[in-house]
Amino acid sequence: MGLEDETFETLRTAAAAGVEFDGLRLERADGGYVLETPIETRTGLDPDEFRTALEAVDEYVTNWRYWRETVGSEGQASRAFLRWCERAPLEGSAAESQQTEPLSVPERYDALRNGVDRTWGQLRITARFLDVDEPDGVRVYDLWHVEDADTPLSELEVYDEPREAREISTADDDGRYRPLKTAPTLASGWAFTGLSGSELVDAVDFFYPATIANWHREREGDLDVDHWVDAAKRQSGIYDVVDELPREALEWLTEACCVDSQCLRRREWEYSADDEIDVDGGDGAFPCREPCSLVIAAARKWAILESESETTYELELTTSELNQLEELIDAVADGRVDGVREADVNDGANRYRARYLRAKRFEDGSLNAIESDDQ
Amino acid sequence: MQALVIAAHGSHLNPNASNPTYAHADAIRETGAFDVVRETFWKEEPHFREVIRTIEADEIFVVPLFISEGYFTEQVIPRELRLEGWDPGLWDSDGIDASQATLTAGDVEKTIHYCGPVGTHDAMTDVIVGRAESVTGDPDVGEGFGLAVVGHGTDRNENSAKAVRYHTERIREMDRFDETKALFMDEEPEVDDVTEYFESDDIVVVPLFIADGFHTQEDIPEDMGLTDDYRNGWDVPGVVDGHRIWYTGAVGTEDLMADVVMERAADAGADIGSSIDHEDRTRSTNANVAGD
Repeated sequence: MGLEDETFETLRTAAAAGVEFDGLRLERADGGYVLETPIETRTGLDPDEFRTALEAVDEYVTNWRYWRETVGSEGQASRAFLRWCERAPLEGSAAESQQTEPLSVPERYDALRNGVDRTWGQLRITARFLDVDEPDGVRVYDLWHVEDADTPLSELEVYDEPREAREISTADDDGRYRPLKTAPTLASGWAFTGLSGSELVDAVDFFYPATIANWHREREGDLDVDHWVDAAKRQSGIYDVVDELPREALEWLTEACCVDSQCLRRREWEYSADDEIDVDGGDGAFPCREPCSLVIAAARKWAILESESETTYELELTTSELNQLEELIDAVADGRVDGVREADVNDGANRYRARYLRAKRFEDGSLNAIESDDQ
Repeated sequence: MQALVIAAHGSHLNPNASNPTYAHADAIRETGAFDVVRETFWKEEPHFREVIRTIEADEIFVVPLFISEGYFTEQVIPRELRLEGWDPGLWDSDGIDASQATLTAGDVEKTIHYCGPVGTHDAMTDVIVGRAESVTGDPDVGEGFGLAVVGHGTDRNENSAKAVRYHTERIREMDRFDETKALFMDEEPEVDDVTEYFESDDIVVVPLFIADGFHTQEDIPEDMGLTDDYRNGWDVPGVVDGHRIWYTGAVGTEDLMADVVMERAADAGADIGSSIDHEDRTRSTNANVAGD
């Protein structure tokens, strides 16, 4: 591919300052230009030879241009994320923590012709060339639900404005409000296609706010985790009470709210810096650096409830009725109530079964339990 | 590079609570005045705690989408944003004068201009009038009309009533409406008795609230006698004791609020160019009235 004059001038200027990027090294030494790639090193080039040499390694050149001119944002989270999207080597201090083998420029150029897929929570991101036949380095990004990865685009609602992500992420497939953006309940059936890098970052930020920033900080070794005791102590007003939640309740709270089945963030906060919570923090791609507002609001409720003392109650139940109570709690806790079939009376969480139990065991609207005399 | 952050309350329960915030943010995005515009919430995401780090610009203007100075603007937002050295005294306000304070945040190396809430900005007076124009469909509404500005009252926050009285006085000085009065939900003069406080046949009632919710969509319409049950809706105008009540719903949903947000940032030094057409401030906008 021929180099345009303007591009060549940009490269000459850049070479004078020195370029070292993704395997391409350019330099202007005393004896002429130096051009180095992992394949070969050319030295002592006059401007014409330099131009010809650059044209011979156009993948490295267009790659450099894309990251330098189109993306920019050196050192910023958005750039790191876009590089992650195509499995490019990490930059900066994160490079030392590179875990998977990054792809070289020729490998990426091969891959970007077909599209490089990445998963971010319930999002599937595909990085690809805008022009597949004659790649000029410009990437575009497609974004959809992981469950729609094999669904033809014609069957999906296609969007191009990143802000639409706000609307898509507001309710789950059943139309229920999703106050927690990283809950694994993102509705499917939509796609964004041909987004620019900055549009992709905006869209992901609307779906999963601040996940890119915190992921980047973590990779830079700079994630500022606020553990429970600190986050709880900070609260005021009606939330002032949350720091009274007992230590053991944090195990139950995190098991209730913070596991992968409830939130796709990987919990990195503990009870305190030297007191870890036993419950698994999860496997999410992006970290959770402090208890979120939903956890704080729930913790307020539990702090108040946990201030009550325990009592032993006596309650007449058959073994099957006791089992049914457990089934009912499980069904609500696992969110499977809506899936219990109308006539499936073998399921303890079936509506008729629950109504029968209520008819039999409730008196004046509540369970007929009496405080034990043994207290 | 300059960025704008609109800080609002949001809700864990009501998916519509953030709609006005999104609408104003989008209107400002369309002007192109800021390189980045971000919404942030106390109850939604991005949370106040994590919004600043999502912004790559070096200079950030934070405008609280709240009605008055108080607990949220003085304690919660500055604490959650980690504004270093914040003290409400930096605003040098007696409850309705906050303009801005320039600070840094503990987790980023950026300059943050922490602005006073939208509700106390002078431009808010025009939004209230704009709301009256919207609901009546009359850009010259005033003659023959009374205007009531409704607030919580002092039970929850002394400054909330101050803001209501401040705008009421400014509208009264315009000499545009036959009568202009401040009414409250939990203190005298109470909104329940709205028709007793006005002689005009037509009364526009504008609640000085940011978002429509429990108070503006349930309490106030029922308290005024516009409807027996909010779930049945009400007429605009609705007739109560022989007066026509033009109830507007929360002022914060008015399109012109986006201008107030930008004015706040501009007062703090943001370069917004000619994004706000001052002549056009009291234009009639799409009515977004109660009950819709």
